Amino acid sequence: MDEGRAALSTTAWRTLAYGLPLAFLALFFAFPLVAILERGLRSEGRSGSAVDVLTDPLTVDVVWFTVWQAAASTALTLALALPAAYVLGRYAFPGRALVRALVTVPFVLPTVVVALAFLAVLPESLERGRLAILVAHAFFNVAVVVRIVGTFWAGLDPRLSEAAATLGAGPWRSFREVTLPLLAPALAAAAALVFLFTFTSFGIVLILGGPSYSTIETEIYNEAVRIFDLHAAAVLALVQLAFVVAVVWVATRLEARLAVAGQALPEEDVLRPPRGWREKALVGGSLGGLALFLGLPLAVLVQRSLMVGDGYGFDAYRALAEPTGALLATPWEAVLNSLVYAAAATAIALTIGGLAAFAIAGAGEQETRRGRLVEALLTLPLGASAVMLGFGFVIAFDTAPIDFRSEPWIVPVVQALVAIPFVVRIVAPTLRAIDDRQREAAAVLGAPPGRVLREIDVPIAGRALGVAAGFAFAISLGEFGATVFLARPDSPTLPVAIFRFLGRPGELNTGRAYALAVILMIVVVLSVLLVEQARTRRSGWF
Amino acid sequence: MRKRQVTDCYKAAVAGLARGVALFVIAVGLTACGGGGEKPTSVVLVTHDSFVISDDVKRVFEEESGLALTILQAGDAGEVLSKALLTAGNPQGDVLFGVDSNLLSRAIDGDLFEPYESQLLEGVDERYQLDPEHRATPIDHGEVCLNYDRTWFAERDLAPPDSLDDLAEPPYEGLLVAENPATSTPGLAFLLATIARYGEDGWQDYWRMLRENDVLVVDGWEEAYNVRFSGSSSGTGERPIVVSYASSPAAEVIFRSPRPERAPTGVVADSCIRQVELAGILRGTENEEGAQELIDFLLSRRFQEDVPLSMFVYPVVRDAELPPEFQRFAVVPPDPLELPPEEIEANRDRWVDEWTRVVLR
Repeated sequence: MDEGRAALSTTAWRTLAYGLPLAFLALFFAFPLVAILERGLRSEGRSGSAVDVLTDPLTVDVVWFTVWQAAASTALTLALALPAAYVLGRYAFPGRALVRALVTVPFVLPTVVVALAFLAVLPESLERGRLAILVAHAFFNVAVVVRIVGTFWAGLDPRLSEAAATLGAGPWRSFREVTLPLLAPALAAAAALVFLFTFTSFGIVLILGGPSYSTIETEIYNEAVRIFDLHAAAVLALVQLAFVVAVVWVATRLEARLAVAGQALPEEDVLRPPRGWREKALVGGSLGGLALFLGLPLAVLVQRSLMVGDGYGFDAYRALAEPTGALLATPWEAVLNSLVYAAAATAIALTIGGLAAFAIAGAGEQETRRGRLVEALLTLPLGASAVMLGFGFVIAFDTAPIDFRSEPWIVPVVQALVAIPFVVRIVAPTLRAIDDRQREAAAVLGAPPGRVLREIDVPIAGRALGVAAGFAFAISLGEFGATVFLARPDSPTLPVAIFRFLGRPGELNTGRAYALAVILMIVVVLSVLLVEQARTRRSGWF
Repeated sequence: MRKRQVTDCYKAAVAGLARGVALFVIAVGLTACGGGGEKPTSVVLVTHDSFVISDDVKRVFEEESGLALTILQAGDAGEVLSKALLTAGNPQGDVLFGVDSNLLSRAIDGDLFEPYESQLLEGVDERYQLDPEHRATPIDHGEVCLNYDRTWFAERDLAPPDSLDDLAEPPYEGLLVAENPATSTPGLAFLLATIARYGEDGWQDYWRMLRENDVLVVDGWEEAYNVRFSGSSSGTGERPIVVSYASSPAAEVIFRSPRPERAPTGVVADSCIRQVELAGILRGTENEEGAQELIDFLLSRRFQEDVPLSMFVYPVVRDAELPPEFQRFAVVPPDPLELPPEEIEANRDRWVDEWTRVVLR
């Protein structure tokens, strides 16, 4: 009888843990996306049938350029990030947590801000075109590689390569034959994610690519928003979705291998201070190089925010308190809105992502495939077209009883869609690492599944949830693509306010945009630093 | 039934307003009819990000109409139009402001608006009234013109350009930044200006010469003006000639602290073409009365005299007065270039496609 009840409650629990995230995804992702795709495919396009769109030489060029730039950006990101990942994975030094935190800042900054910083930094001859896109993509995604690979590296037993050295292998050979194979799953997972992000990158390509370079996502934007050819936009969105599904599937499989290989050592046992001038130069050199690469555009933002005429001052910051024509709120209210929205989005992402993580991690052997599928599904919003999703929300939620399109809570819901995959990836590995014997012991002693969860899983997952919360917060804070479609004008978020100010003439408005960007940067740095405080070696790879 | 009565009562109040009855009478009238609870209490204006209304002007509308004015800004002008077309028939607001004359046919073809002929149109010049069926009502106009950086030309002892022809000449090589007409309304206006000047047979050759002369094309006005142009106050750009507006020099004066005595930028009068901005009542609105009131308000002197300093455009109503800053610093091009609306409507998409091939590919 008791057993029956326990089984029932396990089933109920499992249904909830899988069901709620999937229902959320179905309602707020699949439904609006299908609505807009359906409308687009049924409508008459300016550019002919679906086959005409697909065989148009321009489309072929766009698809080719999208794949090419994503691959090249991924390669460049890996090349720039690996030295720092190595240093962070091998050496203990003062300020290590700060470095990890600062590296993450570009990743959560809104693309409009970064693209403008790059326009200011690059000489005119370089700013328009491929190189600018690749460099900006690397700037954005270095964090992904440094954090994933660096964290994983810090768990690799250094004695393995020491043994190789003892056996006479040179450092290069030992790296190639010992470290690299061990590192491969982390490298591949990081590369797959960077590829996904750059494949669907929007703001960077739109601004730095200019009129001559177009990816699938910017072409969707052109067709849907600028020309209003929903048919062509829908066809392109399907092409993009097909690629994204493939990449997500590969990435999820690779990450599953990460978890298997995750018998990591505690960082304290691996990290040691750099010894001798060569190691010190290595640490200093790779971090210094990275600091220059990441710091220069950010420093330009700060410098611009302080420019007043020919001199410097805090005028732009003071001007933030004044109401302006560009916003229906004072800029400070935008700061407040952003914090409130991001907090709400974090709560949603933790609930939905946390449940999914419990379900995925708790799945037994036969259920691993199902768990992986759920994880992959939850990752899809990262790669779907933000433009089409925004349009989808507008037409899907337009009649009672689901007339949600002007509700203020729709904004954190959209932001949560982007934050959930990160929550799952941070929390699930921690839960997987919990020793099953602890749970079994509790169950044997008569604790029902709910209590096992409450007393074993939740406390252990607490810190991981803390880390996930910080990330979800920072990501929601920087989300722009979908928010800009849905945020109400009287309650803009920071990135939306920055975008609005950039679109207005006059030094004060531009100054305000830069000042808000600096404030956003500071909030992001603070939340990421808090995350670092909570991070433990158990908490996933991000 | 009850709703009907309330609306009728409301209509009476509106009529009172039109007759110029004092404000409090309307307020009393509304209170007297009130209590129905079904009367719309607000009106929603859907518009682009560049829309600005002064607080006190907004308050005047709210007090006079008894309706709260909600402003829904949904991106740039093209984006707003696309979103409105997306929701045509079940709109997110009651009135749309900001359809550009050059894109008007897209809105009309999409059956976006309900006709409304405001009585105040009497005070508006015929040349701005682009839709004889009054689905769209003209509200303001602005001229898209080449702007140049005075300091840049003074320092180099080079005469600023004074015609479109000049831009194709060797001294002006590499100096112009323009917007992509596929993605920007001033860009489209400037393309139409060159078509108006050089004709169907000549404009492509002109743009080929501009291309040889190293014209820089960017996607939007923000980037062209704020980032690429050397004369804007944010000015880190390197190009001293830009496609912007006739009123931009006034903005440069007003937004600079301290205010300069003379506008730091100039306008090439020969290059100007007119853009009219229109508003319309969105088909499917649940508050048609309020929407009509709002259209009337947009044509009222109060609003018309507010637009120069809030949006840097000109009023369409004849007797609206321009503020002193505008009289002093903004340039009113004497006779801007023009293309017949039918011609724009019939050829716009083809011209943009051809332009893309000539200039970008």
